[in-house]
Amino acid sequence: MIRLIDVQKTYDNGTRALKGVSMKIEDGEFVFLVGPSGSGKSTILKLITGEVTCTGGRLMVNGYNLNNIRPRQIPYMRRTLGVIFQDFRLIEKKTVEENLTFVMRVVGASPREIRKRVPYVLQLVGLDHKGDRLPTELSGGEQQRVAIARALVNNPQVIVADEPTGNLDPQRSLEIMMLLEKINELGTTVMVVTHEKELVNRFSKRVVAIESGRIISDGMGGYYNNGSV
Amino acid sequence: MGQYNMGYHVKEGFRSIFTHGLMSFAAVCMIVACLIIMGSFSLVAINLDNTLGDLEAKNEFTAYVDEGLNETQARALQSRLEAIPNVDSATFVTAQQALEDYKQRYVDSEYAELFELPDEVLRHRFRIHVEDIEALAQTVAAVGQVAGIADTQAALEVAQGFVTVRNVAGAVAWILILMLLVISLFIIANTIKLATFHRREEIAIMKMCGATNWFVRWPFIFEGMILGLIGALAAFLIQWGIYGIIVAAITEYGGLQILAIVPFKALALRVLGAFAAAGLAIGAGGSLLAIRKFLQV
Repeated sequence: MIRLIDVQKTYDNGTRALKGVSMKIEDGEFVFLVGPSGSGKSTILKLITGEVTCTGGRLMVNGYNLNNIRPRQIPYMRRTLGVIFQDFRLIEKKTVEENLTFVMRVVGASPREIRKRVPYVLQLVGLDHKGDRLPTELSGGEQQRVAIARALVNNPQVIVADEPTGNLDPQRSLEIMMLLEKINELGTTVMVVTHEKELVNRFSKRVVAIESGRIISDGMGGYYNNGSV
Repeated sequence: MGQYNMGYHVKEGFRSIFTHGLMSFAAVCMIVACLIIMGSFSLVAINLDNTLGDLEAKNEFTAYVDEGLNETQARALQSRLEAIPNVDSATFVTAQQALEDYKQRYVDSEYAELFELPDEVLRHRFRIHVEDIEALAQTVAAVGQVAGIADTQAALEVAQGFVTVRNVAGAVAWILILMLLVISLFIIANTIKLATFHRREEIAIMKMCGATNWFVRWPFIFEGMILGLIGALAAFLIQWGIYGIIVAAITEYGGLQILAIVPFKALALRVLGAFAAAGLAIGAGGSLLAIRKFLQV
C-alpha cells in the first residue's frame, strides 16, 4: 500500500514541485498518474522510490515510513517495488537472462530460486525464447518487456512504471499496457505514470491527475475526468 | 555478504578487470610505480640503519689508567668498568701492547721511527665498547668517575654524527613513505573512478532494484584488491632486479665498502609481505574512495 498525506516537496533550488498531495493506493489496485510535464508526477515517483525525501507531510510505502526511514533500510524498501523506466535501462552487455538473474542476486536469491523464477517471468512477458539475446538485439517493445520482467522477477508488492510507453509506437504501447494489466490481475499493485491521454482512456482504471504540484482529479475512467479529489 | 554472493563478487571483480583492460593496466602500472618508489626508500633506510648499526657495533672509546697503578691493579678495574650501564665490554690493553699496536699501524709510515720509544711512555688502558651510541657521552663521563681511571678519549662528535644521520634518514624515509602512500591511494582511486564511471548506469540500476551499498561495493573492492596484488607481485620482482643491480654496482665500486648491504634474500619475505599488504590496502582503499560518489542514488 502507498499512502501520501499532504506531501510537499521543495527542491534545494527553491522549486515547489508538490504543494500538499494526498492519495492512497490500496494493494491490488491499478492506478494511472497523469499530468503535463513539470506537474510533479516524477517527483511523486522519486519520493516513492526513496530517491528524494519530502519536505512536508507523511509518506508510507509498503509498511515503510519514508519520513524517518534509515538510509540502510532504503534498499529493503526498494525490494518491495519493481521500477520500470521510459528508457528501459537494461544493462547492454548482459543477456536478457543475465539482466534478470543479476537483479535476483541483488536480493540474495539462491541459484535454485533463480533457475526456477527467471524462465517463469520470461514466459509471463512472452520472451521465453529470447533469454540468451542481448538487449541491443531486441526491438523497443521487447526491451520494455525485459524491463517489466526485471521489475517482476523479485515478486514485488508494487510495480511503478515511469512513462513505460514513452519510447514505443502506439501498437507496442498498447501491448505493454495490456501486459501491465495482466500483471495487475495476478495480484501486483501497478502504478503507471504517463501523459498519453488516448492510451489511458482505453483502460477503465483509476486515474489520478496532477497539475502544478496538486491533485486536480482522482477517479475511475479516463484522463482528466470529473471525479472528486 | 550473502551466502550466494561471494563467488559472484569475485567473478564480477575479475570480469571488470578484463572489461576495462587498459584502465586495469594503468592501475597496475601506478601501483607498481608507487610500490617501487616506496620500496626503494624503505630499502635505503634499512641498509643505512644496518650500516650505522654496524658502525655502532664497532664503536668504542679509550679509558687511560692512572700511572700510579701497576698492571695487576689496573686489570682489577675491568669488573667495575663493565658494571657501568651501557658498557658492553671493557678490554684491557697493556702499555706494551698499545705501543706494539701503534708500531703495527704505522710500520710503513715515514713516522715509524717516532715509535722507537720505551714502553713506559704509554699508559695501560681499556678499550670500552658501548651498547647504545646515543648514550656515549654519559657513559664516558661515568667511566671517567671510576677511581684509577686518569683520562678518557672518545670521538663524541663522530658518534653524534652517526646518530643524527640515522635518525634523519629514518624520519625522511617514513615521511616519504606516508606521502607516497597517500598520493598512490588517490591515483588509484582516480584510475578506478574512471572504470566505475563506465558502470554508473549499472550501479544506479542495482541500487534501484534494492542493492545495499556493500553489495555494490564488493566487486569493486575485489577488483582493486586483485589489481593491488598483481601490482605488488610485479613490483616485488622488479624491486629484486633493481636491488641486485645496485648491490653489484656498489660491490664493484670499492669506495662504498663502508656500506653494510643486507642481501635481498634476507629481506625478500618482508618486502613481499609489505608490498602485498600495501597493494591490497591501496587497491581496496582506492576502490572505496572511487565508488563513494556513485552510491548516492
